Amino acid sequence: MDTGIGAAVTRKEDFRFLTGQGNYTDDIARPGQAHAVFVRSVVAHANLRAVNTEAASAMPGVVAVFTGDDLQGVGGVPCGFAPDGGPMNEPPRPVLAQGKVRFVGDMVAMVIAETAEQARDAAEAVDVDYDELPAVVSMEAAQAEGAPTIHDLDDNSCFSWGIGDAEATDAAFAKADHVTTLELVNNRKCPNAIEPRAAIGEYDPAHDSYTLYTTSQNPHVIRLLMGAFVLGIPEHKLRVVSPDVGGGFGSKIPHYPEEIAVTWAGKQVGRPVKWTAERTESFLSDTHGRDHITRVELACTSDGEFLGLRVHTQANMGAYLSTFGPLIPTYLYGTLLAGVYTTPAIRCEVDGVFTNTAPVDAERGAGRPEATFLLERVVETAARELGIDPVELRRRNFIASDAFPYQTPVIVQYDSGNYEQVLDRAAELADYAGFAQRREEAKSRGRLRGLGFAGYIEACGMAPSNIAGVIGARAGLFEAAQVRVHPTGSVSVYTGSHSHGQGHETTFAQVVSDRLGIPFENVDVVHGDTDQIPFGMGTYGSRSLAVGGSAICKALDKIIAKGKKIAAHALEAGESDIDFESGEFRVRGTDKSVGFGDIALSAYVPHNYPLEELEPGLDEGAFYDPTNFTFPAGCHICEVEVDPETGTTQIVNWNAVDDFGKIVNPMIVDGQVHGGIAHGVGQAMLENCAYDEDSGQLLSGSLTDYCIPRADDLPSFHIETTETPCPHNPLGVKGCGEAGAIAAPAALINAITDAIGVAHVDMPATPEKVWAALQSAQGE
Amino acid sequence: MTLMVTMTLNGESVSAEVEGRTLLVQLIRDHFRLTGTHVGCDTSQCGACVVHMNGQSVKSCTVLAVQADGAQVSTIESLAENGELHPMQQAFKDNHGLQCGFCTPGMVMSALDLVANNPDPSEAEIRDWLEGNLCRCTGYHNIVKSIAAGAQAMRS
Ligand code: FES
Ligand code: FES
Repeated sequence: MDTGIGAAVTRKEDFRFLTGQGNYTDDIARPGQAHAVFVRSVVAHANLRAVNTEAASAMPGVVAVFTGDDLQGVGGVPCGFAPDGGPMNEPPRPVLAQGKVRFVGDMVAMVIAETAEQARDAAEAVDVDYDELPAVVSMEAAQAEGAPTIHDLDDNSCFSWGIGDAEATDAAFAKADHVTTLELVNNRKCPNAIEPRAAIGEYDPAHDSYTLYTTSQNPHVIRLLMGAFVLGIPEHKLRVVSPDVGGGFGSKIPHYPEEIAVTWAGKQVGRPVKWTAERTESFLSDTHGRDHITRVELACTSDGEFLGLRVHTQANMGAYLSTFGPLIPTYLYGTLLAGVYTTPAIRCEVDGVFTNTAPVDAERGAGRPEATFLLERVVETAARELGIDPVELRRRNFIASDAFPYQTPVIVQYDSGNYEQVLDRAAELADYAGFAQRREEAKSRGRLRGLGFAGYIEACGMAPSNIAGVIGARAGLFEAAQVRVHPTGSVSVYTGSHSHGQGHETTFAQVVSDRLGIPFENVDVVHGDTDQIPFGMGTYGSRSLAVGGSAICKALDKIIAKGKKIAAHALEAGESDIDFESGEFRVRGTDKSVGFGDIALSAYVPHNYPLEELEPGLDEGAFYDPTNFTFPAGCHICEVEVDPETGTTQIVNWNAVDDFGKIVNPMIVDGQVHGGIAHGVGQAMLENCAYDEDSGQLLSGSLTDYCIPRADDLPSFHIETTETPCPHNPLGVKGCGEAGAIAAPAALINAITDAIGVAHVDMPATPEKVWAALQSAQGE
Repeated sequence: MTLMVTMTLNGESVSAEVEGRTLLVQLIRDHFRLTGTHVGCDTSQCGACVVHMNGQSVKSCTVLAVQADGAQVSTIESLAENGELHPMQQAFKDNHGLQCGFCTPGMVMSALDLVANNPDPSEAEIRDWLEGNLCRCTGYHNIVKSIAAGAQAMRS
C-alpha cells in the first residue's frame, strides 16, 4: 500500500479513538484530585458589593473557596496582540473578578471540593451581592454618547485601525460609473467544539514544579503566557500537556483564566485541581467569533472593472481582550480584501469596541471569512446590478495566473495561484450551464432555486516572525520539530503543531516515511507536551503542515546530511558522492550502498564511525520560520431551493474546487473541507450567539437554543482540488483547514438572495428571515 | 443517601454505590473508568454519551444510574475483539468518519442501533437517524458514508 506523500492513507490515530481509548483531558484522573467549579456572574455589568463564601466553605466535601481577593498578587490574563498604527486600550482582565463583573459568565469565585457534585452544590451557596450597572450589549449602545463605560476608560473604544490608501481609494470612487453598497452583519458564532474545555492543575513540591493539563491547541503558548506573564513560573518548572483534544475551531487557542486558576489553586490546596466545563459554561465563557457590522462599497466601471473598495467595520471585542482578539478583525481581515481580484485601491477602517459580552477571538477562518463574505457578497451584488454574469464579472477582474508574485494594495504579496482555472472547473462541476433549466424545473414544483458563487483567498501558514512583530504580534510564529532516529531505524517525530482532529500523526508520518524511505509504521508523531517537545507555536490558521511540516522537513534534511557523512565513511567514499534515495545511501555511479537502518545503527553503535569529525547519534531538531504566508484559494458554488410558503432553504448542491498547493493526504484534506463548509453553512443559516439587548443575558446558551448543523441540514459535497504549489516552503503546501468556513457563508447567501430575488438577507438566514425578505420583495 | 446498582457492563457483572442523582454516564466514566463514553453537553443534544442499554441506544447522560439497575449495558469499549475492529468501527476508519474522535463513540454506538433495525439504510435515513448526534468536525459527509459502508459490511 502506498503511504507516501499524496496517498489517502487511513489514520494512525483512529484505532484509539474508535475503541474508546482516546485520552482527553476530562478522561484523566490524577491521584488525589479535587474538583473545581466556578461561580460565574449572572449579570452582565455590576459592581461587586460582597462575595460571601462562608456558607459555601461549610458545605460537605468543600476543600477551599477562593475569590478575587485571594488572587490579588496574581497577574491578569494577558493579550498577545496590539495592532500597529495607533494606541489600543488594553484594560486588565483579572482571573477572578476584582470588584466588578463585565459579562454574564465572568468568574467571581472558585469552589474546590472532593467531588464535582459537592463543588457544584457549594457553588450554589456562594452569595454574591451585585450592585447592577446598565449593560452595553450592542456595539451601537457601547458607542452611544454618554454610554456607561465598561472599564476605567473614557469610552468603550478599544482601537481604531486602518489599512490601505484612503486618498487613492477616494480618487477611484470619484471616477466610478457605478458603486455597489451593502450593509452587512457578520453574526457572532460560538465555536462549540464537541469536547468542552477542561483543565487540571497540579503542583509537585518535591521539584517545585507545576503541571497543567489543558484542552489547548497550543500548549507551549499557554506555558509562555501563563508562566511568564501571569504566575511567574519559569519554563523549566512548568509543564503544559494538551493530550487528545476534541476539536478546537479557534476556541482553544486563547489562554483562559480557568487554566490559571486551577494551576494556582493546585499549589494552594496541595492536590491536583480539575475543572471540566459544562456546555452552558462553554457558551458563556468560550471565546466567540466574528461579530462585525460592516458597510462596504465597491466602485466599478460600467463594464465591471473594479476600481476601488471601501470598507468600514465595527468589530466587537467583548468585555475583555482575549489572546488574539485584536488580531482577527485587523490583520487577518483587512489584508485579505483584495480577494482574488486586481482592485487597485482599497481602504479599510476598523473600530474595535468593548461590550458587556463574552470575549471575541478566533473562530475557524478568523477574519478571513468576514473579509470573504463582504467581498463576495458585494461582487455578486455588483454583477446583478450591472447585469453582468457573475462568472464573467469575476473573470474580468481576476489576478492573472502569470502575475505572481502579486502585490496587493493591502500589504500582502500572494505567492501563487490560478483563480480562473479554479472557477472554470467549479462552474463545470456545478453544471452552471444547466442551471437555468434546473431553476425552471424547480419552479414547476413551486420551489425557488438559486445559485451562489464564492471565490476566496486566505492567508495561511502563519507567519514570518519579523512581519508578525511589525504588525503587532507579541510572539514569533515559527514552528519547531525534533526528528529522533532510534538505533534500529524507527523514528519518533516531536512537533510543536497540535492535532485536535487534523490527523497530524498520519500526515506527518507520511512525510517522514516518504522522505526517509522507511515504512510508515516505523514513524510515530508526538505532540502536545511541553516536556517532550522542544518548542511550539501550535495549530491554528491552517499552519500545521505549511509551518510545522516544514520544520520537520528541515530536521529531516539534517538527518539525511548527517547520514551521508556516516555513509561516506562506511562506503569509503567522498561525502559529496553520496546520494540518498528510497532509504538507501548510494555512492553515485556505483552499486555500493547502505540502508538507512544500518546507518541509524552505526550512529548509535559507532564502532566503524568517523568519531574524530562526527558525534554519534542521529537526532536532529529544527526551527522553521516561513518567509511568507501561504495563499490557498478556491471557488465554492452553492445551489439552494427555497420553499416560498415557509421560507425554508434546502441546500441541494455543493460544488467546490480548492487549490491547497501540494497535498499529502487527500482523504484528510477532503475531510477538512467538509468540516469547514459545515461551519460556514452553520453561520449562514443556523447559528447565532444572541444576547438580550437590555440585560446582556445570553439567549442562546445551550444546544437547544443555539443551532449547530445536524446531519440532515447538510448535503453530501462534491469537491475537487487543483494544485499550484507554494513556492516558498519545502513541501509546496498551503493549508486547508479553514477554506470551507471562509467560502461557505457568501456562497450560501448569494444562492438564497438569487433564489428569492432580493438584494440581501442577514445571517443566519433562518426560514423566518427568508420568508420575510420574500414577502417584502413581492410587496414591492 | 446512596443506593446500590448492579448491572452487566460489557459482559461483566458489576455493582456500585451511587447517589440518587448520579447519571449513568458518570457511573461509567468516573466509577468504572470507561472513558470512551463522552459528555459533550448538558441538554441531551449531542449524543457523545450514547451507549446500549438492553440492546437499544440511549443517551447515558439522560439515564440515572439507578435506572440501569439490572440492565445490560455496553459501551464503545466492548466492540473490538482481540484488537480487531468491529465492521462499523472499521468502516469509520476506512471512510475517514472521524476527526477529533470526540463524537465518535456515540456515533458508532448510535449507528449500530440504526443498522440493527434497518440493515440497509439510505443516505436520507442515516441523516435523519443522526438527529441526536452532533459532530463539529466532519460535516457528516464521511460519517454518512461510514455508516452506509459499515451497514453493508455487516450484511455480508
Ligand atoms: S452528553 Fe450530550 S447528549 Fe449526552
Ligand atoms: S469528529 Fe470531532 S466532533 Fe465529530
